[in-house]
Amino acid sequence: MTAAATSARPRHLLDFQDWSPERLTAILDNADTMLQVLDRPVKKVPALQGLTICTAFFENSTRTRTSFELAARRMSADVMTFAAGASSVSKGESLRDTIEVLTQYKVDAYIVRHHASGAAHLVHQYSGKPVINAGDGRRAHPTQALLDAYTVRQEYGSLEGKTVAILGDVRHSRVARSNAELLPKLGAKVILCGPATLLPADLGALPGVTLTTDPVQAVRGAHAVMALRLQQERMTGGYLGSLQEYADTYQVNEALMGHAESGAIVLHPGPMNRDVEISAEAADGPRSRILKQVENGQAIRMSVLYHLLVGRD
Amino acid sequence: MAPKATILSADEIRRGLTRIAHEIVERNKGAQDLAIIGVHTRGIPLAARLAAKLSELEGVEIPTGMLDITLYRDDLSEVAHQPIIRETHVPFDIAQRRVVLVDDVLYTGRTVRAALDALIDLGRPLGIQLAVLIDRGHRELPIRADYVGKNLPTAKSEVVKVKLQETDGVDIVELWDLEDVK
Repeated sequence: MTAAATSARPRHLLDFQDWSPERLTAILDNADTMLQVLDRPVKKVPALQGLTICTAFFENSTRTRTSFELAARRMSADVMTFAAGASSVSKGESLRDTIEVLTQYKVDAYIVRHHASGAAHLVHQYSGKPVINAGDGRRAHPTQALLDAYTVRQEYGSLEGKTVAILGDVRHSRVARSNAELLPKLGAKVILCGPATLLPADLGALPGVTLTTDPVQAVRGAHAVMALRLQQERMTGGYLGSLQEYADTYQVNEALMGHAESGAIVLHPGPMNRDVEISAEAADGPRSRILKQVENGQAIRMSVLYHLLVGRD
Repeated sequence: MAPKATILSADEIRRGLTRIAHEIVERNKGAQDLAIIGVHTRGIPLAARLAAKLSELEGVEIPTGMLDITLYRDDLSEVAHQPIIRETHVPFDIAQRRVVLVDDVLYTGRTVRAALDALIDLGRPLGIQLAVLIDRGHRELPIRADYVGKNLPTAKSEVVKVKLQETDGVDIVELWDLEDVK
């Protein structure tokens, strides 16, 4: 028995606070098996048969929701899709009332996306069921960070001693925050880089995390370079001079990658603004693992569901 | 604590596997289309040993694989802790092959049921046969083995422990009281 199997496990993935490196490694290890399942003629196993999982998305998302739904179905769970835009939430129903109603449908677990930080935690409080955070406000997007970590590990065999540079709109990015919490737990260093207006100082206090406004310094010696989507919808507050100015300095492109490790890979959590935070050449070139991230995302989500929902404590 | 009895010694395990290999050849009229797949954990070294014996007898290479049935178990909500998923590795097309599934102990039949589901998800074999080192009875499903090293009537309060060189450093089959192994 591994440490992951013998100690009490969290039944929620809200962020990485209560997660030990051993449990996180168990999730990455099991994702290897899930990838194998996805390569078989029958891409489905009965591990979650009989369970009903609700994807409660209070904020728009296509790829994360699809990835979670497919992951749950690959494990033979029944999936109930709840989209806030087409529900009584648009008539003013509260989160609490919505979740309490959904729970009466005998939902066994929730996958929650919400524009407010901490919403996933509230869903657990109101439902008493296992909850996976599929992105809440600026706070966390743990399965995205896990699939990023998995993609780097897949490339190098281990995260120990690796450096991941994350460039762009760090301030508004729950992906950056989750990666900054996760990667150092698994032995990697994280360098967060962006214009000073988009680089919150508090993240620099996390162990294993460095902040810089200099993109060349950020990628020097990096094994993986991740471009973050420039969240233009949040750019009304004078964070940037202009998009062109931003792209000229912080765009992940071939020239910038020339400063990274020779085999360094390019990552992006999607959706991309091509030729803004990432050049088309970098997005489509041989270093790119962006589509690999999508494939790995499904395996990671299968592994997370398995880890949270199977077995007793 | 000590075992109640030694069921098979190293020599008896070897002889049992040799007999099973002969029976497999006889029943399948050779080893031409055969494949051997072991079920984690101790089915895997047993499968490798059987494949080696079949190769020796028939002079053909026998494809071997390993199967993990964790994701196919029907008692996952009852088991304490999270089961550990191991590797399934079947590096050949099982269609057009007669597969001999190998495990150490046949008991309730639930592991074999899960293994059949897992195997069929990998392809459609010509047929599946089951070889076990020990059949200890107490079936809960209508499953029987085609090849058995030793039939061993047991009580449910007993445990059969198969130890193999590859996994435990010794070849021996022992009978224990459940109370003594808890």
